Amino acid sequence: MLRFNRWQIIGIAVLIALAAYVTVPNFFPKDKPVPGFPDTGVTLGLDLQGGSYLLLGVGTEEVIDARIDNLRGEVTRQFRTANPRIRFAELRREGDMITMRIPEGQDFKAAEQRLRRLSRPLPGAPGRDTRIIADEANRRLSITLTEEAKDFYIDDAVTSSITAVRNRIDALGTTEPQIQRQGEDRLVVQVPGDGDSERLKSVIGRTGQLTFHMVDDTVSPSDIAAGRIPPRRIVLPNVDTGGQLALFETADITGDMITDASATPNTDGGGFQVNFAFDARGQRRFADVTRENLGRRFAIVLDDEIISAPTIQTPILGGSGRITGRFTPEEANELAILIKSGALPAPLTVLDQRTVGANLGADSVRAGTIALLIGFGLVIIYMAVTYGRFGIYADIALLANVLLIAGALSLLGATLTLPGIAGIVLTIGMAVDANVLIFERIREELASGKGPVAAVESGYRNALSAIIDANLTTLIAAFIMFMLGSGPVRGFAVTLGIGVVTSVFTAFVITRIFAGHYVLKARPKTLAI
Amino acid sequence: MALQLIPSDTKIDFIKYRRIAQVISALAIIGSITAFFTLGLNFGIDFRGGVTVEVGPPPGETFDDQSLSAARSAVGALGLGDVQVQSIGGTAGAADGIVVAVEAITEEQGGQERQAAVAGEVQEALRQALGADIEMRRVDSVTPTVSGELVQAGVTALVVAILLMLAYIWFRFEWQFSIGAILALTHDVILTIGVFCVTQFEFTLAIIAALLTIIGYSMNDTVVIYDRIRENLRKYKAMPLRDVINLSINQTLGRTIMTSLTTLLAVVSLFLFGGEVLRGFSFALIWGVLVGTYSTVFIAAPLLVSTGVKRDWSENKTPATADARP
Repeated sequence: MLRFNRWQIIGIAVLIALAAYVTVPNFFPKDKPVPGFPDTGVTLGLDLQGGSYLLLGVGTEEVIDARIDNLRGEVTRQFRTANPRIRFAELRREGDMITMRIPEGQDFKAAEQRLRRLSRPLPGAPGRDTRIIADEANRRLSITLTEEAKDFYIDDAVTSSITAVRNRIDALGTTEPQIQRQGEDRLVVQVPGDGDSERLKSVIGRTGQLTFHMVDDTVSPSDIAAGRIPPRRIVLPNVDTGGQLALFETADITGDMITDASATPNTDGGGFQVNFAFDARGQRRFADVTRENLGRRFAIVLDDEIISAPTIQTPILGGSGRITGRFTPEEANELAILIKSGALPAPLTVLDQRTVGANLGADSVRAGTIALLIGFGLVIIYMAVTYGRFGIYADIALLANVLLIAGALSLLGATLTLPGIAGIVLTIGMAVDANVLIFERIREELASGKGPVAAVESGYRNALSAIIDANLTTLIAAFIMFMLGSGPVRGFAVTLGIGVVTSVFTAFVITRIFAGHYVLKARPKTLAI
Repeated sequence: MALQLIPSDTKIDFIKYRRIAQVISALAIIGSITAFFTLGLNFGIDFRGGVTVEVGPPPGETFDDQSLSAARSAVGALGLGDVQVQSIGGTAGAADGIVVAVEAITEEQGGQERQAAVAGEVQEALRQALGADIEMRRVDSVTPTVSGELVQAGVTALVVAILLMLAYIWFRFEWQFSIGAILALTHDVILTIGVFCVTQFEFTLAIIAALLTIIGYSMNDTVVIYDRIRENLRKYKAMPLRDVINLSINQTLGRTIMTSLTTLLAVVSLFLFGGEVLRGFSFALIWGVLVGTYSTVFIAAPLLVSTGVKRDWSENKTPATADARP
């Protein structure tokens, strides 16, 4: 029990040296790595380095809603264009269903066939997109999305939201943003640094649906105020000049026809403008629209707000245009980002926001480090005072323990949070427990009349069961925190869990090497413990 | 040269005090439950939802009372319902920071979509009132969806932790031991929640982590004594259970106190030097270590006298012929 062969000792020394080796890079800036050292290190959590954490909910209901509206359009088109004509009535949406009645005298089976033709296999997934319910007795046909299709569209919306969000954040010029999916319909965005969280939210949170509509100037402001709106017109607020305008409902050009956008100072007049470029289709459409509507106004609409409503002076054939308005440089830049990155497939809602300023983070690091050092110092002194020589062995083990924890965290590339630091401090207090168990046991064995060697030996042997049992309970607690906890709690669980494992090792093995060596070599007559 | 705080041959009759301890604990539990239903927990933003914005003064300055009232009226003008504006840190009239806490935005007020904007409005109002160069220290906005989930996850974590400990002890010892351990754990959790009701310290996610740690710690303490009881049951087959338990508590007393002290050294240093953010957390741990140690010694172990335990722990299933073995 007390004898170690040379290889065991070398193995342990190598392990500790390795831990130190992978820990070293933490003390140097990431962009200036020390030659000869690995690329390991802990990442500071947002609570320590400052930054924003956003939990975004993807509006999956809206995604399905839009798909069902779309389905209704397809049904109408299918029945209006296909030959021979089949008449239908009472086409409407009921919840998630599009239903229609096929009047007497029309071929119900043919109508059902026609509806079935709309069904397509899902790309890259099993199953088909729609399912049909035919009720021939009542001459009713219904079509709806399959469950697989709903899951598919939601999944697709979440995936493309990640891309859109990433594009937008990258365009803001933030460093190392992290965007991850969480669960079915959520995204986690983590952006380190002292940036403006509000700007981040406004860039991410807006749908960015850009459309161009012609303005119906025959509808006067008093008509709008009185609610006299002709059919197929929409009334939207004009955020550029104030007031409201009536627009033709159908958009002439949509944001997906734009390939590029950028913000520059306004070439005539003050403020900033946003320049954009169309793809080939957009270029053709824009040329047609501007040629046919000279002297009239068109409106540029972003997320149901008119951001600009200029009069068409000349046909614009070159495939590019600009939006002028009273934009500040930030607004113009944000607008350009929104236009360029494309619309979000679904609205995003900020469900949880945690923003910490860089200064507060730095304060926390300082406070955490001081607490760590003081706690460490006190425990070391206390152990030495209580157990003398053996206390110092325990202190050496404690140092090795801290090194091992740091090494493990560095190797895992773990994120260190403030609760994580607290976990390390707590571990230091609890780590000596194993040694306390052993040393108290040795005292007992001595008191029962055993000689030093026998007492130390049976002290280690008899304490082991209690050490394992006791530490497994803490490990269970850490495991639960890791599984069920979020962010900061997990950081705590990780350091606590690692600390428990390393402390058992260092307390049971490292102190035993020293204690064994001492009693076997020095053969003390009595033990001061 | 070594210091020994606890003499190794204490012979305290802990079992004798168990009735008193049970009465004290029962009273404390009743008190905690009463406090929970009358005073209630001061739930932090994690569990309550809402928006919190903390700002610091420009470098080298402090907030005086005038800044506080300016902030109060600026935020009040936003019409956000129940809003609290408080100064923190520093001295009276020269505060180190201002915290604005807004209740979660209800569905009628615009719901979660609106709440995302509120964080920005509050920051803007504070910049207007206190100057553009104030330091945005912390902005938290938790919607009711998330706070509801966090409450659920927190409660689940506590229940799962206690049940797992129960299973573990049952597996390693036997059911009588689980009963004692679980009662002690529940006792610790309830008393910690109680002290948070009384002190009105903010109850946050970190406190759930602290509670889980307390569960682990208290269990750790209990297991060490149980382990010793089992060992002594094997060793002294004829000794009355009561004496075995007393002996075991006394034998491990040095360790129990020593470990509590080292852990306390660490968490007290966290409490004093770890900064404002960790204060509630480290307070919970200090309290938990004290209560956990007490419950181990006075509740968990003595309870075995009432439940009784298996006397034959000999590993080779031979019939126990008590004194036949050396």
